[in-house]
Amino acid sequence: MLSSVRKAGCSLWRGVVAPRSIQTSSALQHDSLFVHRDSAADNPDIKFEFTPDNIKRADAILAIYPEGHKRAAMIPLLDLAQRQQGWLPLSAMHAVADMLKLPRMRVYEVATFYTMFMRKPTGKYHLQVCTTTPCWLRGSDEILETICKNLNMKVGETSKDGMYTISEVECLGACVNAPMVQINDDYYEDLTVQDTEEILSDLKAGKRPRAGPRSGRFAAEPLGEPTSLKGEPTGPGFGVRADL
Amino acid sequence: MLRLGISKVLSGAKIQHVAVVSRAASDIAKKPEKIEVFIDDKSVMVEPGTTVLQAAAQIGVEIPRFCYHERLAVAGNCRMCLVEVEKSPKPVAACAMPVMKGWRIKTDSEMTKRAREGVMEFLLVNHPLDCPICDQGGECDLQDQSMAFGSDRSRFTDIDFSGKRAVEDKDIGPLIKTIMTRCIHCTRCIRFASEVAGVDDLGTTGRGSDMQIGTYVEKFFMSEMSGNVIDLCPVGALTSKPYSFTARPWEIRKVDSIDVLDAVGSNIVVSTRTGEVLRILPRTNEEINEEWLSDKSRFAYDALKRQRLVTPMVKGCDGQLKPVDWEAALLTVAKAMNQAGNKIGAIAGGLTDAEALVSLKDLLNRLGSENLCTEHTFPMDGCATDLRSTYLLNNKIAPVEEADFILLVGANPRLEAPLLNSRIRKGYIHNETDIAVLGPKTDMRYDYEHLGEDPSALNQIASGSHPLAAKLKKAKKPLIIVGADAMARADGGAIRTAAMKLSQELQSNIVDGEWKVLNILHKVAGQVAALDLGYSAGVEKIRNADGIKVLFLLGADEGTISRDDLPKDCFVVYQGHHGDHGASIADAILPGAAYTEKQATYVNTEGRAQQTLVAVTPPGQAKEDWKIIRALSEILGSKLPYDNLDQVRYRLEEVAPHLTRYGAAENANYFKQALAISTMAKGNISNSPLDVKQKKLEDFFMTDAISRASPTMAKCVAAVKKHMESKY
Ligand code: SF4
Ligand code: FES
Ligand code: FES
Repeated sequence: MLSSVRKAGCSLWRGVVAPRSIQTSSALQHDSLFVHRDSAADNPDIKFEFTPDNIKRADAILAIYPEGHKRAAMIPLLDLAQRQQGWLPLSAMHAVADMLKLPRMRVYEVATFYTMFMRKPTGKYHLQVCTTTPCWLRGSDEILETICKNLNMKVGETSKDGMYTISEVECLGACVNAPMVQINDDYYEDLTVQDTEEILSDLKAGKRPRAGPRSGRFAAEPLGEPTSLKGEPTGPGFGVRADL
Repeated sequence: MLRLGISKVLSGAKIQHVAVVSRAASDIAKKPEKIEVFIDDKSVMVEPGTTVLQAAAQIGVEIPRFCYHERLAVAGNCRMCLVEVEKSPKPVAACAMPVMKGWRIKTDSEMTKRAREGVMEFLLVNHPLDCPICDQGGECDLQDQSMAFGSDRSRFTDIDFSGKRAVEDKDIGPLIKTIMTRCIHCTRCIRFASEVAGVDDLGTTGRGSDMQIGTYVEKFFMSEMSGNVIDLCPVGALTSKPYSFTARPWEIRKVDSIDVLDAVGSNIVVSTRTGEVLRILPRTNEEINEEWLSDKSRFAYDALKRQRLVTPMVKGCDGQLKPVDWEAALLTVAKAMNQAGNKIGAIAGGLTDAEALVSLKDLLNRLGSENLCTEHTFPMDGCATDLRSTYLLNNKIAPVEEADFILLVGANPRLEAPLLNSRIRKGYIHNETDIAVLGPKTDMRYDYEHLGEDPSALNQIASGSHPLAAKLKKAKKPLIIVGADAMARADGGAIRTAAMKLSQELQSNIVDGEWKVLNILHKVAGQVAALDLGYSAGVEKIRNADGIKVLFLLGADEGTISRDDLPKDCFVVYQGHHGDHGASIADAILPGAAYTEKQATYVNTEGRAQQTLVAVTPPGQAKEDWKIIRALSEILGSKLPYDNLDQVRYRLEEVAPHLTRYGAAENANYFKQALAISTMAKGNISNSPLDVKQKKLEDFFMTDAISRASPTMAKCVAAVKKHMESKY
């Protein structure tokens, strides 16, 4: 909202060299808010409880950390809550705070710091499209466009049926298999438009698409013949001056 | 990691705290050898573990800083304290870096200067530079340091592209105004909230340039000491709401004074302009309040302009109080007193100063009356108040943080004496102090062992039959703090005797000769002086005396006595500064001066005499209290022998010499004798549960004639109630 006001302001500014221009400052730099606002979907009255299975998991997580350092279990517990709910509502943060006997603020701090904690309702499939330079050079724009068109959504949106959320993300560390998309816990790499469509139709059919590179590679090895490091590895001292 | 893990509740771990200035440090038997470092080529010997910043401070070199604060944990996140260390490729953060042997630190080199300038530039890039409309202007660390260390020109061009960073403001209560865009993320406020106040509601949310300080959810920062974050905030992000847009620091006159809204006697600075108190700030006193101040003391000043008695008043024949001039008022009072003969009584309230107390006592004694009492009750059986050790916080306030075991009896220090409580909390966090509470369960912001509410547990502990006894006896520095509410009970004397007995027993296995186990915590500033001067505590004496004809209320506003307790024809005189309960039952009103308007002596709960100074003149026709009594004495024909403040103080000194030794807290002694006399008194501890009057935070704000008249305090009470209903 704010940004649209700002844009309007800008166009005003450009259109007329107006003596009555307004000064604005940047409205929002980030796509998520770092304060909580009560909403129908997310407010402290909503109940959140770990399922019995997850309570067992939580106990196992807590058991890893020695007495006095239990608060280190915060991130795994928040992750557990997020996996249970699909995203991380405020009441889940409260549940974790209670579990660790920590002030709630300490949990809010962590949950807002990490971008992978989703603090608003997120679809069952969270499609994170990498658009950082290597992926972009290898055509991530097309991939993104394909996804948006296919699902008829914009970046940052969640579909009405709660199935998909599209986000644009920075490098996910799979540049060697660029372009890539992360869907929940799986990486889909070496994508083409066709691959992407296939993946989406798999998702729609309720199937779990095959993860990994789509170019026929097993992992990050070169396509076809190796081009370097073909001989035996050299031993220690290789190429070192004799007098050293 | 921004903060060291602080609370024991959080981690349960024993955390070695680096920055605590502890007197206990001197106890360590063998001191580690000092090491030599060079600050700007000057050699200085420091203990290992000293930070660069502290080492520099030792020879008077001040390193600029924003996030570092002596009384808070080191955060090391502002980078303003960067200095060059020889042979180190990068500048180091002086506040967090311990010195190494032989280091040559350059606080004035080119590299240091450039580092500071760079840090300053980054801070200012994200700062709105709205000094002209900022309340901190003129006393802002950022302003001062950018003058001293910043660049003289700007390279900030982002304004044409992304604009300035902006953060939304938070609503954290009626006392603190937030303009979060100004925040430089030093996290001092967060550390204060979590370490000192014990209210973990502030934190950082988000990351990078979107990081912000706040509460994340909509929540007030409600603490009895929240106002201190205003002083701590180095910029204008947190400022005082009641003081906002009132004055610039260079326009105001500052007067050192003493706070009287609790019995701690915090040192304050009263800022005034054109005869009006504009704000109250704490003044550092390591023995008492360090550099903190409770919210009541800081913000109740707006009451000094409200509900004031500004002119003498006398009840007319229609039963209504009518303004009259001083002469008429004094004549009316004198007439009534003359007729009463020695059937006069006086009750002194909790805000009364020693000068007024001694004048009134002298006057009534001259008229042949001994019916002088204080409004607040204290045991008068046993050794009564003859020996000072039975009614003082004998061990003083500062050493509380060294105690290893504290037993609180019928006291809620958090609300009765917040600054004493902050010491207890300090001990709890940094010194592993264990705390046990006998009395109602209240929230003190630290964990304690609750011993129930039955006061006879004291006897069980003394006899060793209580589970706690063994632990207490093992303690090397135990403290027993008995609250005023426990003392006000009918069996207060017996409780005190029990506490004395227990203390005596513990005292015998303490090595430190200066350590005193028995401590009494008062709630009002005037009580100790009144007891020192020989007032008897509690209004029983007046109730029981028959045929009192004139009752003189000297600032007695708690409503402990009402018209029904007095004979029908009793003439009630009220002398004080606020139209509260006392004035409502009075036949004549003599307007006195509040604590900011007189030079007066107050004795805090430790028995430390301190004086307030005149910051503003009393409003209207109000006068300093002892002067009113002196004038009255002349009309009565038994003129008091003092004409100026020096002479009154000479008289004070005659009665009790310690009352004029300002700043010093004399040790009280004769514990054994006091116990011996006390045990002769009969009376047993009843089994009714111990109670304290102030239980919840909302009970903290309005406790006396001044704070009850304060709109800000009323807002605080409303805010706490709202806060309680909040879901967060
Ligand atoms: S609000 Fe003030 S004290 Fe708190 S982090 Fe910001 S600048 Fe520091
Ligand atoms: S750039 Fe896309 S994964 Fe690294
Ligand atoms: S004062 Fe050292 S980093 Fe802030």
